[in-house]
Amino acid sequence: MNILFYISAILAIVATLRMITGKNAVHSLLYLIVSLLAVSVIFFLLGAPFIAALEVIIYAGAIMVLFVFVIMMLNVDGNGIKKERALLQPGIWTGPSLITAVLFLEMAYMLVQQPASPVEQAAIAAARQEIPPGAVGALLFTKYILVVELAAFLLVAGIIGAYHLGQKEKISHHRFLKNQEKSI
Amino acid sequence: MTIPTEQQILLAVILFCIGLTGVLVRRNVIFMLMSVEVMLNAAGLAFIVGGAAWGHADGQVMFLFILAMAAAEVAVGLALIIQLYNKFKSDDADKASDMRG
Amino acid sequence: MKELLWLIVALPFAGALILALAGKKLPRLACAIVGVGSISLSAIAAFMVGLDFLHGNSMGAPFDQTLWQWIDVFGLSPRIAFHLDTVSLTFIFVITFVGALIHLYSAPFMWKEEGYARFFVYMNLFVGFMLMLVLADNLLLLYLGWEGVGLCSYLLIGLFLLFTNFHTLNIQAILTAAPAKWAVGSGVAITTAFLLLGGAIGKSAQFPLQTWLPDAMAAPSPVSALIHAATMVTAGVYLIARTHVLFSLAPIVQSTVAIIGAVTLILGGLAALYQHDIKRVLAYSTISQIGYMFLALGVGAWSAAIFHFMIHAFFKALLFLGAGSVIWVMRNEHNMFRMGGLWKKLPVVFWTFLVGACALSALPLITAGFYSKDEILWLSYASDKGSVALWFTGLAGAFITALYTFRMVFLTFFGPRKAEPTQRPGIAMTLPLIVLGLLSLVGGFIELPDNMGHVTLFSRFIQKTLPATMITSFGHSTELIAQLIAAAVAITGAGIAYKLYYNKPFPAAIPVRNSWQTFFFKGWDFDQLYNSIIVAPIVFLSRIDKDDVIDRFYNILAAITRLLNRALTATQNGRLRWYAMMLAIGTIITLTILFYP
Repeated sequence: MNILFYISAILAIVATLRMITGKNAVHSLLYLIVSLLAVSVIFFLLGAPFIAALEVIIYAGAIMVLFVFVIMMLNVDGNGIKKERALLQPGIWTGPSLITAVLFLEMAYMLVQQPASPVEQAAIAAARQEIPPGAVGALLFTKYILVVELAAFLLVAGIIGAYHLGQKEKISHHRFLKNQEKSI
Repeated sequence: MTIPTEQQILLAVILFCIGLTGVLVRRNVIFMLMSVEVMLNAAGLAFIVGGAAWGHADGQVMFLFILAMAAAEVAVGLALIIQLYNKFKSDDADKASDMRG
Repeated sequence: MKELLWLIVALPFAGALILALAGKKLPRLACAIVGVGSISLSAIAAFMVGLDFLHGNSMGAPFDQTLWQWIDVFGLSPRIAFHLDTVSLTFIFVITFVGALIHLYSAPFMWKEEGYARFFVYMNLFVGFMLMLVLADNLLLLYLGWEGVGLCSYLLIGLFLLFTNFHTLNIQAILTAAPAKWAVGSGVAITTAFLLLGGAIGKSAQFPLQTWLPDAMAAPSPVSALIHAATMVTAGVYLIARTHVLFSLAPIVQSTVAIIGAVTLILGGLAALYQHDIKRVLAYSTISQIGYMFLALGVGAWSAAIFHFMIHAFFKALLFLGAGSVIWVMRNEHNMFRMGGLWKKLPVVFWTFLVGACALSALPLITAGFYSKDEILWLSYASDKGSVALWFTGLAGAFITALYTFRMVFLTFFGPRKAEPTQRPGIAMTLPLIVLGLLSLVGGFIELPDNMGHVTLFSRFIQKTLPATMITSFGHSTELIAQLIAAAVAITGAGIAYKLYYNKPFPAAIPVRNSWQTFFFKGWDFDQLYNSIIVAPIVFLSRIDKDDVIDRFYNILAAITRLLNRALTATQNGRLRWYAMMLAIGTIITLTILFYP
């Protein structure tokens, strides 16, 4: 079973790398979906089947599809790929790579720095079991009920905002505002 | 499953840093948004790992909320991208720098 | 009667107020009546107060009258209050009386001038402030009066020193507390006395601050008579006399006073000898005579100094008014070498002027000037702080005084007539001259020396307030010899002036020939000296600092701010990726700080 974890990990990393270096938007998107699926496998291996399913359904299923819709709508033509190639010179990678490398090293160092004490390790070892969706649900509706409501607020706000922001520009027929375009 | 927790979190860190690189390098707004999604996903992975390590469901609940937030964010973000496209007629993030100075 | 004390100060201010508010609308005669009348009423009030003070209930004990509390904060509580004792009574008598005469004289003198009412406003205000200065009960009110007549900042620093030491500015309290608190010759006593001396030097035009007085002769003659002869310049004398206790505590400063007096009297005398302008002669003469007063104060002869102040006020005001009359009738001609032969044409002016000149030269026995100056000369020898050197300087000064005085008389009134006088002065101008002339003759008889009748009315009057002079006892014969020498010196000076200047045909404008004459003519060239020492370096510094080095510092500050602004603006370029990068870097830095101590 461990080997499965490592395979999925490598898959996720490789797919993400391919994603950020891709020139074609749709291709990058597909790589991203692959990465998400790999992460979903890892979730399953960790004993969180509910979340693994949700990852596929919501993240890969809804959000990425939304991306696809928008890319299609924006109608990126053949020139887009050429533009991307022109923009993505190798030299442009050095700065950000350096920054992220430093960040990664720091976080890795933090990880290695403080190994768990024997008591914690025993507790961790004893706790590896599957956590069923029922447990998640129970927690959601008792301990975190308020946060659920807040998340609902957020989603409603998101819907309204998205609807409003996605409108086409209206040309005003008011005699004073006729020449102005409706601003956001 | 006896994979050490540190390694799992290390995976999350790697994914996070890759996503960060993507945000910093790409100019196209759509790619930037996708890289942000990668970062979010990595953070959620870290939560799940933590929850599984302690045997609580809290990690999964956290991930659920992150997921909800990511959905709302993507919706609004894509709408903004559409507006950006209509206004500047290009998908270059650097074009939208009127707030400089 | 003594309660009328406040009126003495209030009447001149009231006159000034009336004229300031309504002067423009009143006819000239009304302005003159108000202006002269206020001072005259003040003089009458002073007379009545003086009578009551001397013969009333308290017989000369000091009298305080409080009007109201001026300031009351943190223990500093000076009042508007007046303190009357023998010294201040002398001063207010002189100020109001001579002031009234000068006001009367100036009524027709200034008749044709512009701003007639304003002139009397200023004169009244001046007399009011001078009276306030002299009658002040505390140093703060005195300072108000002093400022009112114009002041340099030395005195203020001296006030601060006094206040911090005694927590009061009340003069009497300070004078009783000072000997208890400060040892003789202590540093703080010396500093305080020295700073007070600085103020007195500036106000009374002594060396080295005497350059302003001759230049102030641009004022009309009544102003010169009031301010520069009788009142303002004697404020320094008054201050030193009033704070004599502090000067006794600092003997070195008191010796400085004497030396300054001696130097100034020679300086003024020699400069007066070479002047052309009749008023400048009198200006330098004033400097010289106040030097005598300072000399007297310096050797501790308090009552002699005040006696000489009183007599000097009489004859110097007389001389100024007389000179003013001559200038007035000669159509504003100031140069003595262009006058001549006026003694027949202007008899009253001539005789009174002659009386004043004799008093100034201290001609023996008949003039008041003889008694006052002789007392100073005697005490500069006989006092325990005096010395032969001081006496000899005073004697030399007396010789020079006689010389230049009679030179002035002979040049102005005798010799061939160069121009015709226009008219004779009227009664309003001649009456003050006559009165002052009489006073210059008989005023001295209230204080006769020991070997001539030993009348000590005035010194006993003053010694109710100021201490008596310490005299090393000499015999009467020594005093007689000193007096004879002084008399001989004065007569010799007059005689030499007669030989040199009487009826000699001088051309109308004598050019100054050699450099010595020019040197004395310019008043020992102090103006040039101060110009090269003080003014020229400042001008030089300001010229090399044209771009203002100090300003450059502030400009650099502004430039740094602008630089920072540009640097910070560069970080706000509106690009999303840039901001993201800044976030990442910030995260790195925060993690570094948190986890790598």
